[in-house]
Amino acid sequence: MSNTNDLQEFVEKLKAHNADWVSEVVDALGEITIIVPAESVVDICAFLKAEHGFDMLADLCGCDRGPEEDPRFEVNYHLFSTTHYKRLRLKVLLTEDNPNVKTVTGLWKTANWHERETYDLLGIIFDEHPDLRRILLPSDFDGHALRKDYPLRGYEPYSLT
Amino acid sequence: MSVALENKTDQIAALDDSLESQMTISMGPQHPSTHGVLRLELILDGELVIKTTPDIGYLHTGMEKLFEYKKYQQGIVITDRMDYLNPLGNNLAYVMAAEKLLEIEIPERAQVIRVLMCRFRIASHMVWLGTHALDIGAMSVFFFCFRQREKILNLIEAASGGRMTPSYFRIGGLMMDLPAGFDRRVKQFLHDFPAAMAQFEVLVTGNTIFQSRTKEVGYIGKEEAINWGLTGPCLRGSGVELDLRIHNPYTGYEKYDFDIPVETSCDVWARFKVRMRELYESEKIVKQALERLKPGPTKADAPKVVLPDRDDMRKHMDSLIHHFLIVAEGFNVPEGEVYHAIEASKGELGVYMKSNGGPKPERVHFRGPSFVNLSALPDMVEGELIADVVAVIGSLDIVLGEIDR
Repeated sequence: MSNTNDLQEFVEKLKAHNADWVSEVVDALGEITIIVPAESVVDICAFLKAEHGFDMLADLCGCDRGPEEDPRFEVNYHLFSTTHYKRLRLKVLLTEDNPNVKTVTGLWKTANWHERETYDLLGIIFDEHPDLRRILLPSDFDGHALRKDYPLRGYEPYSLT
Repeated sequence: MSVALENKTDQIAALDDSLESQMTISMGPQHPSTHGVLRLELILDGELVIKTTPDIGYLHTGMEKLFEYKKYQQGIVITDRMDYLNPLGNNLAYVMAAEKLLEIEIPERAQVIRVLMCRFRIASHMVWLGTHALDIGAMSVFFFCFRQREKILNLIEAASGGRMTPSYFRIGGLMMDLPAGFDRRVKQFLHDFPAAMAQFEVLVTGNTIFQSRTKEVGYIGKEEAINWGLTGPCLRGSGVELDLRIHNPYTGYEKYDFDIPVETSCDVWARFKVRMRELYESEKIVKQALERLKPGPTKADAPKVVLPDRDDMRKHMDSLIHHFLIVAEGFNVPEGEVYHAIEASKGELGVYMKSNGGPKPERVHFRGPSFVNLSALPDMVEGELIADVVAVIGSLDIVLGEIDR
């Protein structure tokens, strides 16, 4: 498996800047996952973007661990750099009662659609998002389809009328 | 659509429309120039585009939900249906993510065949070129492009049995080895290809109408392109030298010798030029892959994951047992999560895969390049003329199957 020493460097720099920012670090399969507190994810992204060249948000996706888990939801931010070509994953854990996290659309415009998709399919609310409405499913759709407790075939056949 | 309509009314009210000259029109979802079922809400003042809002989701089939209910090897079939113009790229991204979780090494021959087959994204570029030219008014290019595409689809069919849904790459290797005489057929294709390219250069690149329709249209600067997350030819058309095959190499791309085409004029013409130059690079890689094609195994040595050969099953009891278990129960993938990105024909195709240890994934997320590239469309077309909108959509090379998933 590939070496992650160069990625650990960014973790150390994050810790040195603010020790509260890094809750846990998972180093597995050649990738680094930094679990960060939900309230400071925008600051962390801004720091990594400005200071360490992570200028592209490659992907943002949510995941439902299942209704019995707590915290239930996670949001993954896959950062990428167009200068040193490294990848970093930030992970935010959210509870079912409070599935809110602040938007990163202020940093990356591409986050707009990714966050709308995550809201649409998982019901995670991105606070201060400029245009948080459904994107893939129709606007009157009931529920969030990618949640584990949503049945595969839905509750009832969907009709446009 | 109630929420969307409310927002729209507010947006129109906010604009200065004192002369009541503005008009809202809906382009699509049946409009042929939207390359599928994309709907654009355009607010126009005369022919000038004031605001545009893409409306997607008409093809949404819940593929990401379906992955969670299917075994890992069954998911490959779903990936074919995403970007249906470049199914082998989707297969590759998916199986490589699973292989990363399983920590399987792929034999050399399988890697070379993967590179060779993925270069048949020339077929995807042919559809792009044909439809892009068609949108702008050059009808005949479409037929020439589809003639070339047909040859590639025949090659894919010879290898995998499927034309648009090959499912050729499997977790741990390939479905089967290439058929006898395949390299001869590829050589024949390569022999004919330069003449076809010369034809396209004359028909399209040298066409002054095409040039004036595309130059200085749909501008997106370097910083903006990165901010919007553009990848692939769209990003390289904005002057950013980024190609995951070189900068994050996979399946042995580091051993191949090819260039990254970069254009700096940031318009539709630049994106067109990048893709045209990429076709030559693809041809170069196919030639090198043919030279590297040496006899050897095409499946990894992982009997609990890779289906055994038919012949082994007749002779060995344990092969038969493994075959039964893989098909009936699937294989367990160790816990973990990966994000694997490849350079597909349209940009960075990323797969986020999370496993909880069972035979089915916990979560599979596809980061489709078309999805991200389309989100930047309003930035490119606002302030342009309505006729330029189709040119810009063509230059983004979107596939709605991948956007809606």
